[in-house]
Amino acid sequence: MKLTGSEILIECLKREGVDTVFGYPGGVVLGLYDHLHQQNDIRHILTRHEQGALHMAEGYARSTGKVGTAIVTSGPGATNTITGLWDALMDSVPLVVITGQVPTNLIGNDAFQEADIIGTTISCTKYNFLVKRVEDLARTIKEAYYIASTGRPGPVLIDLPKDVTFATTEFSYPEDVHLRSYNPTVKGNKGQIKKAATAIRKAKRPVLYTGGGVVISNAGKALRTLAKKLRCPVTNTLMGLGGFSGSDPSFLGMLGMHGTYKANMAMYDSDLVIAVGVRFDDRVTGKVDEFVPNAKIIHVDIDPTSIRKNIHVDIPIVGDVSSVLADLIAELDKAEGPLFDPAEREKWEAQIAAHEAEHPLGYTQSSETIKPQFVLEKLYELTRGNAIVSTDVGQHQMFTALYYKFEDGRKWLTSGGLGTMGYGFPAALGAQAAFPGERVITISGDGSIQMNIQELATAVINELPVKVIILNNHYLGMVRQWQQLFYKENYSQSYLASTPDFVKLAEAYGAVGLRATKPEEVEGVLLEALRVNQPVIVDIQVDPSENVYPMVPAGMANHQMVFSDPDDAHPVPVPDRNDKKQPAKTSVKASAEPRG
Amino acid sequence: MIHILSLKVENRAGALSRIAGLFSARGFNIDSLTVAPTDDPTVSSMTIVTHGDDAVIEQITKQLNKLIDVIKVVDTEGREYVNRETALVKIHTAARDRAEALRIVDIFRARVVDSSPTSYTVEVTGDSGKIDAMIGLLRPLGIKELVRTGKVAVARERGGSGKS
Repeated sequence: MKLTGSEILIECLKREGVDTVFGYPGGVVLGLYDHLHQQNDIRHILTRHEQGALHMAEGYARSTGKVGTAIVTSGPGATNTITGLWDALMDSVPLVVITGQVPTNLIGNDAFQEADIIGTTISCTKYNFLVKRVEDLARTIKEAYYIASTGRPGPVLIDLPKDVTFATTEFSYPEDVHLRSYNPTVKGNKGQIKKAATAIRKAKRPVLYTGGGVVISNAGKALRTLAKKLRCPVTNTLMGLGGFSGSDPSFLGMLGMHGTYKANMAMYDSDLVIAVGVRFDDRVTGKVDEFVPNAKIIHVDIDPTSIRKNIHVDIPIVGDVSSVLADLIAELDKAEGPLFDPAEREKWEAQIAAHEAEHPLGYTQSSETIKPQFVLEKLYELTRGNAIVSTDVGQHQMFTALYYKFEDGRKWLTSGGLGTMGYGFPAALGAQAAFPGERVITISGDGSIQMNIQELATAVINELPVKVIILNNHYLGMVRQWQQLFYKENYSQSYLASTPDFVKLAEAYGAVGLRATKPEEVEGVLLEALRVNQPVIVDIQVDPSENVYPMVPAGMANHQMVFSDPDDAHPVPVPDRNDKKQPAKTSVKASAEPRG
Repeated sequence: MIHILSLKVENRAGALSRIAGLFSARGFNIDSLTVAPTDDPTVSSMTIVTHGDDAVIEQITKQLNKLIDVIKVVDTEGREYVNRETALVKIHTAARDRAEALRIVDIFRARVVDSSPTSYTVEVTGDSGKIDAMIGLLRPLGIKELVRTGKVAVARERGGSGKS
C-alpha cells in the first residue's frame, strides 16, 4: 500500500512504541500535523516553545528509559532545539527530534524559514539525517531510534523536507538495523575484568565512584550487590544520584566541587577507585593531579572516548555497565577465600567516619529567614523520596543534590553536563506526561524558572500537575555566590529584583500560586502544594545570603574544601522590594582578595 | 609526534564535515587531510596527518571511531606503510635557468607536465621529505604556484620488498 511521508512517519513512530510526542507546528510540517490530528495512538503535547519540547522529551526519556520524541518546524523552530540537543548529548539522553525543512528544491536558496539544521547540529547530535527521498524515510527512522537508544545514548535529528511529507511510496518497515560503522561494545573484555577483580581483592581502601551510566544501564541492583559484597563505600556524581540509595549507610553523598567532604576525602585517601558509568568531569575531579593521588583506577564505561580523556586509568573496561558489573561479580564469586580483610575495612570505614565528623554536611537554621536547605529537608521528610524530582541549574540544584535523598535514578532529572537553566520545569512536565499518577516536583530558582516559564500554559492545558518550588532569593544565587567569594562582592547583573509576583503569575496561567516567607510557613505550603491535583507554583522567599557549602574553589584540589563564608563577608545587599535597580557596589575592604 | 591516520568512511554527504568538525571542536591538529574514492562506491578513503602526544592521538582515534560515518581507523604508527604525496610546482624559468630546472626535475625523477617560454610546471611524487627537498632547490628559481595533495597511505603486505 502506498503511503505519504507523513503517514509513514506516524506509522514508524507507532512501530517504535512512541506514545507521546512533544512539539510545535509550523509551515513545513502542516501536512504532518494534519495527519497527526487524524489518529489517536500518539498523544501530541503542544508546548509553548520548542526548547520546552526538547526538555520535555528529555524528561520523558530519562524517567521512562525510552527514547523521547519531539517534532518542530523548520528555521526558528529547528534552531530553538539547539540547547535541548546539546543538553541531551552531554547527559546521554536518547532523543529523536524531527525538524521540518523547506522543500528539497528550495534547500540552499535561503528560503523563508530555512536553516541549515544539519550543518548546525552536527556537533550537538549523536547523528543527524536529511531525508531527501520518501523511499528512505522508514529506514532512516528505524536507524534514528536505534542509534539514539544504543551504545551511549544521545539525540538524533531527522530533517524532513516538506515535499517528502507529501510524496508517496510503498511502505515497509525494516525489521532490523545493521550499520557496519556503528557497533557499540556491550560486553566487557574478559581479561580486563579478571584484572579488575584481582585489583579489587588487593584493595584496602576501595571506593565505588558511579554516575549516570548506572542509571541509563538500569544497573542499580548490580551496583548494590557489588557494593555489599565488597563492603565498599559509594559516591555518586550529580547525574548518578539515585543509582545507589541515598539513605544507605555506605553512601558517601555526591562528590566534586559541591560534594560532601567525606566523599571527596574518601576518593583522596582511596587506594582503588572503581569508576562506573562516569566520565571524570572537571566538576568532579577538581585539580586532576590531586584528585585520587594514591589510587589505582578501574574505569567502566560504554563510551571508549570517556576513558583516559581527562585522567590516566589503570584498568579500562569498555562495555555496558549492567553487563560488565554482572561479569565482574561472577568473576569475584569464583575466587576462593574472602574478598577483603574485615579489619582493613573497619579501619577504612573509621577513617571515612572521622572525615564526616570533622566536616559534616549542614547549615545554620534560622527562625527568621527560610534556609533553602531546610526547604529540601522538609520536602524529603514529606515525600520520603517518593517523587520524581527535577531541578534547574544553580544553588537550588546543588542544595537539592546534597539535601534530598534519592532512591531511584530515573526519578532524578537534572541538567548536569550543559547546566541548562530552564531545563527543570519542562523536564518535569515530560516525566509527568509519562507517569500521570506520579508526584512530580521541580525545584527551581527565581532566575531559572523564568527561562521556560511559558510552559505553565502547557502544564495547565494538558493537566500536568507538576509542583514547582521556587527557592526565591532575588538573585542569580550561584553567580552571586561566586561574585561574593571571588569578585570582591561586586554583584554585577546578578540581582533579579522582586518581579514577577510568582503567585499572581501562576494564577494568570490558571495554576495555583502559594507563598512562604517565614520558616514556620514552609511545611504548610509544601503540604498544600502536594495535596492539590493541579500545577502549582510555590514561591518560597529564602535567605539571599545563603551559599552552597562545602565548595572546592575553582582551580583547587578536592581535599581543599571551604565550609563557610569568609569571616569578613558582608551581608548580601537586598534592595527595597520595589527597587528594580542593581544594588550599588559594596564598599570593599582592601584585604578582601578573592580566595582560590 | 606526527601520526598518519588511514580511515575508511561512509561515502555520504556530511562525512567530511563531521570529521573536520571533530578536529576543530576538540582542538586537535590537522596537518593535512585527503579524501578519495575507493573501489567500493559507498566507501571513501581518508588520510589524515596529525600531531600530538600519545594521549591526544589515542583520543583522536577513539573520537574518530565514535563517529557513525567512520567505518575504520588505522594509526599507521608502528606499522609498515607506504605513503606518497604529489605536488605540482609552477616555476618561473628565465632562459638561463631552464637547464638548471630540468636538471633538478631529473634528479628527483619528477616530470615537466606543462611548459611555456617563461615557466615549467613540474609534477613530483614521493614521500614528503623528497617533495620538500625538491621544492627547496626550485625555490631560488622562483616558484609561481605550488599545490600539494597531502599524504595518502596504504598498508604494506607482509613479505613485500618495496622501499618506502
